[in-house]
Amino acid sequence: MSLLSVHDVKKLYGDSCGDCVSLTGDAAGTNQCPDCGTVVACADINFEVHEGEVLGIVGESGSGKSSLAEVIALDLEADGGKVRYHPYDGNLLDANYQERVELRNQHVGMVHQHIRDGLNLSFSGGGNVAEKLLSADWRRYEAIRDRVRDLFNQTEVPVERMDDAAETYSGGMQRRVQIAKALATEPELVILDEPTTGLDVSVQARVLDVFRRIQREQGVATIVVSHDLDVVRLLADRTLVMRHGRVIESGLTDRIMEDPHHKYTQTLINSVI
Amino acid sequence: MTEDDQAADRSGQAPDSFAAAANAETSDTSSRDSAAGNSGTANSVDGLLASVDDDGLAGYNYAYLDEHTKREVRRAVLKAIAIPGHQVPFASRPMPLARGWGTGGIQTSLSLLGPEDTFKVIDQGSDESVNAANIRRLADRTADVETTTDTTDASVIQTRHRIPEEVMTEDQILVLQVPTTDPLRKVDGSDDANRRRHAHKNYSKMWVYLYENVVEWGEIQIGAAYPVLVNDRYLMSPSPVPRWDTPKLDDADTLFLFAAGREARIYAVPPHTDVEPLAFQDRSFQVERFAEACRFCGSRDTYLTEVETDDGDRLFACNDTSFCEKRQDNPEIEKSHHLDRSGVEWGPPPARGGDDA
Repeated sequence: MSLLSVHDVKKLYGDSCGDCVSLTGDAAGTNQCPDCGTVVACADINFEVHEGEVLGIVGESGSGKSSLAEVIALDLEADGGKVRYHPYDGNLLDANYQERVELRNQHVGMVHQHIRDGLNLSFSGGGNVAEKLLSADWRRYEAIRDRVRDLFNQTEVPVERMDDAAETYSGGMQRRVQIAKALATEPELVILDEPTTGLDVSVQARVLDVFRRIQREQGVATIVVSHDLDVVRLLADRTLVMRHGRVIESGLTDRIMEDPHHKYTQTLINSVI
Repeated sequence: MTEDDQAADRSGQAPDSFAAAANAETSDTSSRDSAAGNSGTANSVDGLLASVDDDGLAGYNYAYLDEHTKREVRRAVLKAIAIPGHQVPFASRPMPLARGWGTGGIQTSLSLLGPEDTFKVIDQGSDESVNAANIRRLADRTADVETTTDTTDASVIQTRHRIPEEVMTEDQILVLQVPTTDPLRKVDGSDDANRRRHAHKNYSKMWVYLYENVVEWGEIQIGAAYPVLVNDRYLMSPSPVPRWDTPKLDDADTLFLFAAGREARIYAVPPHTDVEPLAFQDRSFQVERFAEACRFCGSRDTYLTEVETDDGDRLFACNDTSFCEKRQDNPEIEKSHHLDRSGVEWGPPPARGGDDA
């Protein structure tokens, strides 16, 4: 049984004229409705994620991949569609605020593209991870300390720095603290939004390495959103390619890299390699 | 007449003279232009002088506030009681002293007082500070109530930053003055964000603050205004009472009202409400510890403050002066001496032995 299944998810920005979805997309060559100007961030999105699987979502800037990630991470309201997520009974998109908070605290981990969305830089690094545990009603101080120490070890953040303010950390450390935070309550699903943006290549490799190891060890299902094909190649079992708010191609990552069918995917891969 | 009396009179005078000016205006509209330059008309000066001669209360409603204001405050109080720990906005009026000097407490007390009531005012444990004396005198003059310094005699007690040492009963109401209403402001300056946190019972940021406190100090280092969770729902600041007083709020017989005039908010802890200080299971809430007994009455089960005498001596003494005086007369007197039952829980458990000094 799949952990997460997504049916016809739609997200629009603007007052829709009603025909936006049919007037945009891959065939139309745009994601903006020519009639009313509404931006169709994503539409007709269907996919599944199985337990322990890593799904990559690639696409150029503005292709709708971050909107999709935020909808699934419950940070953004969708305009239609159905999402079944194993820990939740019913359509995830209909969850009320309180249920969303509980899901986010216990069952979904998110690593944000922008550090400031994910971390409170005036807190200590350990405090940021502790926040997730405290939200999930951990109330024993020593247990929280042990768990934070453990997570710092796993994500290769120096444990002796755990009580320093997160703003004194390097970019790579901050990213790894975010991963530690996302994994703190052992969620079934983690969403990485552009996990390597703004990091130099050696640090990128280390962040991805750390994450890949933990992902394999714990078998946590993951959605990786990136414009960087290398990130997806390294992490993902299966990949979706998005453009103009639609999924234009999907399949095993190796197949997509070696034998891209869609013209845009071919361009994307050629321009990287 | 003391200087304080004069000050109270002067401020009490202001609305009267406004009323006089308004009357003059309605009777003769042309006088408006000349009023500024020619304020020395026999009429207005005589009027002003005449009103100085009486006790300055002519034209005032019972208990200083007009009835609409009292109704507004009482409504907020009722709503606050209905939602324990929730901060209820109310139309805080200008009072004859600056906001931040107990105006919320005064408005609440004056809205509650009736001629049958006995009123006590405490300022940091003392009945004799200028502010406490003046607030007491305002109620005495305008609401015609008995005033007292004895906690057990009072039916309404207004207090700043202390809860009395003597056990309070279901017949009493404690009105606490509040400078800062929202405990979350300590961790986030945005009231907008904090209101949303209260609505969603999202207090993780306060928890992280406590966590970092323990990381830094080995225990939670919050002096006064220790955050408490009321009725397992709202995070509340008990106003800057010492941690010593915080346990008194839990499952008490008394109604506690918290009023902030500057921030225009009222909140309440109704009788027999669960009030739990935030703490970790393995880093529990601690009250203040004192190495000494009160130098004046010898108490070891009261909240002490360090005071400096005129000779430059430093000593520890009871903060609640009214109870300290009773103890000086009778060292055996219990905090629950006025009740017909004993073993009443009030404040921290008597953990201090006699020999740890």
